[in-house]
Amino acid sequence: MDPAGSRHREGGNSEVIPLPPTAPPGVATSEALASDLGCFPTPAQYVPLVKSFKEDGFELCADLCGVDYLAHPGRALPEGVVATRFEVVVNLLSLSKRQRVRIRVQAGDDEPRLDSLFDLYPGSEAMEREAFDLFGILFDGHPDLTRILMPEDWEGHPLRKDYSVGRVPVQFKEAPGPR
Amino acid sequence: MSDLHVRSAERLDPLAAETSEGAQGLQRRDLTKKSELGREVGAVLRANGLMLDPNDVDVERHDDETMIINMGPAHPSTHGVLRLMLELDGEFVLRTKPVIGYLHTGMEKTGEELSYVQGATNVTRMDYVSPIANELSYCMAVEKLLAIEVPERATWIRMLMSELNRMASHLVWMATNGMDLGATSMMIYGFRERELILAFFEKTTGLRLNLNYVRPGGLAADLPDGWEDDVEVICDTIYERTFEYDELLTGQPIFRLRMEGVAPITAEEALALGVTGPVLRSTGVPWDLRRTMPYLAYDQVDFDVIVGTYGDNFDRYAIRLNEIRESVRIVRQCLEKMPRGDYRSQDPKVTPPPRARIGESMEALIHHFKLFTEGFAVPTGEVYSAIESPRGELGCYLVSDGGPRPYRLHVRAPSFVNMQAVPLLMRGGSVADAITVVSTIDPIMGEVDR
Amino acid sequence: MALEDLQHNFLTGQVEDLVRWARRASVWPATFGLACCAIEMMAAGAADYDLARYGMEVFRNSPRQADLMIVAGRVSQKMAPVLRQVYDQMMEPKWVISMGVCASSGGMFNNYAIVQGVDQIVPVDVYAPGCPPSPETLMHAILTLHEQIRTGEILQRRREARPTHVEQISWTPQVPVTVRVGTPK
Repeated sequence: MDPAGSRHREGGNSEVIPLPPTAPPGVATSEALASDLGCFPTPAQYVPLVKSFKEDGFELCADLCGVDYLAHPGRALPEGVVATRFEVVVNLLSLSKRQRVRIRVQAGDDEPRLDSLFDLYPGSEAMEREAFDLFGILFDGHPDLTRILMPEDWEGHPLRKDYSVGRVPVQFKEAPGPR
Repeated sequence: MSDLHVRSAERLDPLAAETSEGAQGLQRRDLTKKSELGREVGAVLRANGLMLDPNDVDVERHDDETMIINMGPAHPSTHGVLRLMLELDGEFVLRTKPVIGYLHTGMEKTGEELSYVQGATNVTRMDYVSPIANELSYCMAVEKLLAIEVPERATWIRMLMSELNRMASHLVWMATNGMDLGATSMMIYGFRERELILAFFEKTTGLRLNLNYVRPGGLAADLPDGWEDDVEVICDTIYERTFEYDELLTGQPIFRLRMEGVAPITAEEALALGVTGPVLRSTGVPWDLRRTMPYLAYDQVDFDVIVGTYGDNFDRYAIRLNEIRESVRIVRQCLEKMPRGDYRSQDPKVTPPPRARIGESMEALIHHFKLFTEGFAVPTGEVYSAIESPRGELGCYLVSDGGPRPYRLHVRAPSFVNMQAVPLLMRGGSVADAITVVSTIDPIMGEVDR
Repeated sequence: MALEDLQHNFLTGQVEDLVRWARRASVWPATFGLACCAIEMMAAGAADYDLARYGMEVFRNSPRQADLMIVAGRVSQKMAPVLRQVYDQMMEPKWVISMGVCASSGGMFNNYAIVQGVDQIVPVDVYAPGCPPSPETLMHAILTLHEQIRTGEILQRRREARPTHVEQISWTPQVPVTVRVGTPK
């Protein structure tokens, strides 16, 4: 759907950057939207890949979030990547190169579990806690994996697709009579 | 010893058990993992384990020498429902743990139930002090997925509103910061100036706050007639008043004593924690997305990126004050350079037709019906789009499944990530400084908790 | 013995009027701003819409010193016990204004995280709709509350909840059918 034929105005570097030289071998990549490089490591390649990006000049971990693909009709993944229900998406930012990179890891189906990025990026601590709280994705090596947004005794992980939104049916009462 | 405290608290207050958040709160030292202890004392840069300055005296503290107190969600600091658990040695803060979630609204889940046009109403209430920033980030993400082009006038109006919003947000910050420090007249001045901007917002969008103005494809309405005069008055008034604030605050010895040298942060620590916005710029890193990865029309306007040196409270204050002045500069350029044209994309699949045509054309009626009942469908894909909000990098990660509603809407809230700097900044300071630290980080709990 | 249970004569009627005037002329709100409505509440307290004209600009930080709790913003499940705790710590007479649609009914957030109306937790006296209500709406709500205090409607309501049946004979005006807002006659 691109009637004007021109891309939306985008800042920063518009070339797709290659994987850094110290990246683990065999990581699948694809060109994501708006010229961000998208990487699809396996859970084993995940932390070494992020470490290689960090050494290559990606100083800031901008965002880490979880996605539950239970109700999705089918997402486009490169060859060789096995799709699982839960995915963790990490967006890294390089201030020196003015580039972003997106790393999507397939975390697992029933008990999603990944290594924590805390030792590389201490700033991922709160974001991993949020992914745990709202999706139930566990991060090994995280210093304090407790709930962050929901009360401590809450059961369930609200942002999962099989967790209902919790809508209360609205009943319109007649106006009450005089007191 | 803390068990005794818990039991007596429950006797006196039946709700003590329900308001304590258990493992989310600050625990005794012997119950806390070493790596978490390191995080709570603000040891940011470390290979593994606990790496503190050997001159730090409280590394081997025992629990009966210190006191864990709770600065509960309802407290004098006007920065929203943030609960801070502090471990104190007398007046000085050793460890901190912010407990958040008291304003968790489930907006990301609600966003999956609303159509793309309604999404702006949801997202705008996250960072409620700068609503245009949220809406802009979200709408830019949707437009990237749709791959539509926004008309130039709409881009410039969005930029104008963004900068007015930045001014309003920084004025609220200056007001609440002044109040937290005790300069209560600053509260009055900040909100007084802000009323000028809000009056303009009300004239243009119909609402003072939570504007619901930026829509995918453009804007909800064009600027009203006579907007140039209103904006001119706003610019002139606010620019002059910033010098009054200099007189009231910047030069005052008590203000300087309370802000200078307090809670410094270095650039490495800030980058490691993912901190962006004025807090990062106060360390000397000139990272402002409007300049480095420009969006809208920021590469066509002239403005300076304000950068600090010491990374302390005073630098953050000075950055925000001068960003008001830079925003005035940008708004004046928008006044001169505003192009003519449409205020929204004319793509019929995205923008509803004008109401007058509905009576004439069947196609217009059908489009109107489909757009307002079901909403437009966005092609499958995922996108991350970020802008520079007054608090830092505000990003929107959107996953679409080809339907009229987002599949996953995640907002990267700058305050959520900036809150991780709190334990680092508070360490060693007094309780009074704790309030100013929270104030200068400028968290908005709506976007921290979403 | 509360004032409203007394058999009224001329003198106690005057005293009751005096007490009601004192109560409504210096209602001190507690700081309970939660979300966007809190910004509008602060704007109502600032210049342009000045709450000091009602003697209300002092937002008390301690609930022990406050009379009025303006619940400004959405109340999440985690915040609900805290809200009740603060309400319990306030001393009688106390009033609650539910500011905004999120506090009144859950607002646009009909989901797992938000309490659908703060009246599920605390008794509310005045509901102020809006998202957020502009400071003028908040002031209208405050004036409505003042009127309710002036006519003693509030004290009478609480009396009805108790099982005692005491007939109140008084020369003070009857409860009006519509609440008149503005300077009382």
